[in-house]
Amino acid sequence: MLTLNNIEVVYDHVILVLKGVSVVAKTGQITTLLGANGAGKTTTLKAISGLLNAERGSVTKGSIELDGVRLDHLPPHDVVRRGIVQVFEGRRVFANLTVEENLVAGAHIQSELKRVRDGIARTYELFPLLKERRHQRSGYLSGGEQQMLVIGRALMSDPRVILLDEPSLGLAPRIVEEIFVVIRRLKESQDLAVLLVEQNAALALDIADHGYVMENGRIVLEGSAESLARNSDIQEFYLGLNEEGARKSYRDAKQYRRRKRWLS
Amino acid sequence: MPEFDLQFTIALVTNGLLIGLMYALIALGFVLVYKATDAINFAQGEFVMFAAFICAGAADLAGMPFWVAAALALAGMIAFGFGFERVVLRPLLGRPIIAVIMATIGIAALLRGVATLAFGGGTRAIALPVDDEPLFLGPLMLPPVQLVGAAVSLVFLAAFTWLFLKSRMGVAMRAVAESQQVATAMGIDVRRYFAFAWALAGVVSALGGIVWGGMLGVDNQLALIGLKVFPVVILGGLDSVVGAVVGGLIVGVVENLAAGYFDPIVGGGTKDFAPYVLMIAMLMIRPYGMFGSRRIERV
Repeated sequence: MLTLNNIEVVYDHVILVLKGVSVVAKTGQITTLLGANGAGKTTTLKAISGLLNAERGSVTKGSIELDGVRLDHLPPHDVVRRGIVQVFEGRRVFANLTVEENLVAGAHIQSELKRVRDGIARTYELFPLLKERRHQRSGYLSGGEQQMLVIGRALMSDPRVILLDEPSLGLAPRIVEEIFVVIRRLKESQDLAVLLVEQNAALALDIADHGYVMENGRIVLEGSAESLARNSDIQEFYLGLNEEGARKSYRDAKQYRRRKRWLS
Repeated sequence: MPEFDLQFTIALVTNGLLIGLMYALIALGFVLVYKATDAINFAQGEFVMFAAFICAGAADLAGMPFWVAAALALAGMIAFGFGFERVVLRPLLGRPIIAVIMATIGIAALLRGVATLAFGGGTRAIALPVDDEPLFLGPLMLPPVQLVGAAVSLVFLAAFTWLFLKSRMGVAMRAVAESQQVATAMGIDVRRYFAFAWALAGVVSALGGIVWGGMLGVDNQLALIGLKVFPVVILGGLDSVVGAVVGGLIVGVVENLAAGYFDPIVGGGTKDFAPYVLMIAMLMIRPYGMFGSRRIERV
């Protein structure tokens, strides 16, 4: 279980981006983090994986724990060894490496060659498409294949927590469907906690068990995925439905958002 | 211009290829550092010179046999590579790349000074355990020293290619070269691979220094070899290992052809600038070189 206790993140020593965020991601569950652009979702993920430091950010308050062991202030490569792996948004494959080499790189922390081989076999089972392309340069894969590759690559480290940043970004709906089926399978087949950041709230709430909504560096809503999906604010701002359940025009939402920001 | 003579040309090209392999070796050190850390190492020539000084100095001053002195130079340069990364460059991590480049220029001056201080200003010799008598292979006259240099380069390049393409460590190195952030997210300690790249630069400098030092004699002038690296890597592509090899061979051959055909007419000197003419031409046509990646260079 991954626990964030009231963490604060400051960039460049002055800019406060996360203002006390508490999130719990349970093993065997999918937890989703929703919110608009700039709400602090990716920053939250980077705080967990320790990659903030490279961007002049740091966790100044609160703690991040995996099963009670503190992780904040560990260098990012050690966080991976502890069992937390982040999948960046935007399908960051090593474009000049082949599919298989990408997987080998993902297994960097595995000291036994057997575990690397097993991991590769497991990935090909999960994504049979990748097996066909194993010796191709990953830069030439389609977007969907690349997304599969980065998820498979992250799983090579046998993580206990996987942080997925916008896996649906820029992909065709059918491909997104396929990837989300795999994400759902992950929580069933492996001893894994999934923390999923998504802009596509409908999709995320559909597969998640629990969810959080972020705005301006704070958690503003929390609850089970079903209760969030029923929440009228969520329906309006994230699912684009009005009270009767019909689709709302973008203009209405925009005006309402402006008013709401001003109040908060 | 001397009459075109096939045998003469073949001889020039062969010698050029042999020398070119040694350029390739040194350029590889440069390319590796650039690929892994984005730093341009302006001290590559000084690394070579310093390695040669260690080898010659250990033999001259301490009376060590050649192999011991060579091993000492190798070990010394590996340690130097690690140390330089650790002490000078690591604190500069995350700073603009120009800071790192300036640091290499600084270390270049320092190495020249320290070498003179420690080993004196005179020219020293490295007694390579090879014959001085050239080998005659049909029409070709091959100095053994060049053959040995080429062989050393080939062996190292082959070993390195295997490491880089086939081993898990090589995969990690290439991953770091592509994206430090993503590599870090795989649990790769990027700094270790930075240090490793610099240590490899130390290795090629030691090998190059010993062979070049044996051919040319060891003094401050040996550092000028470092300038030859620039046409090599611009031709081949700053971030391409294959490019370093091909670029090295081209520079070696062009230099020799210029020496054979143009120098007699103009009275010498074209050998030294011909590779740079080629470099400038390449910069105008393909600024990223033959095998380099096409991104815009900000240095």
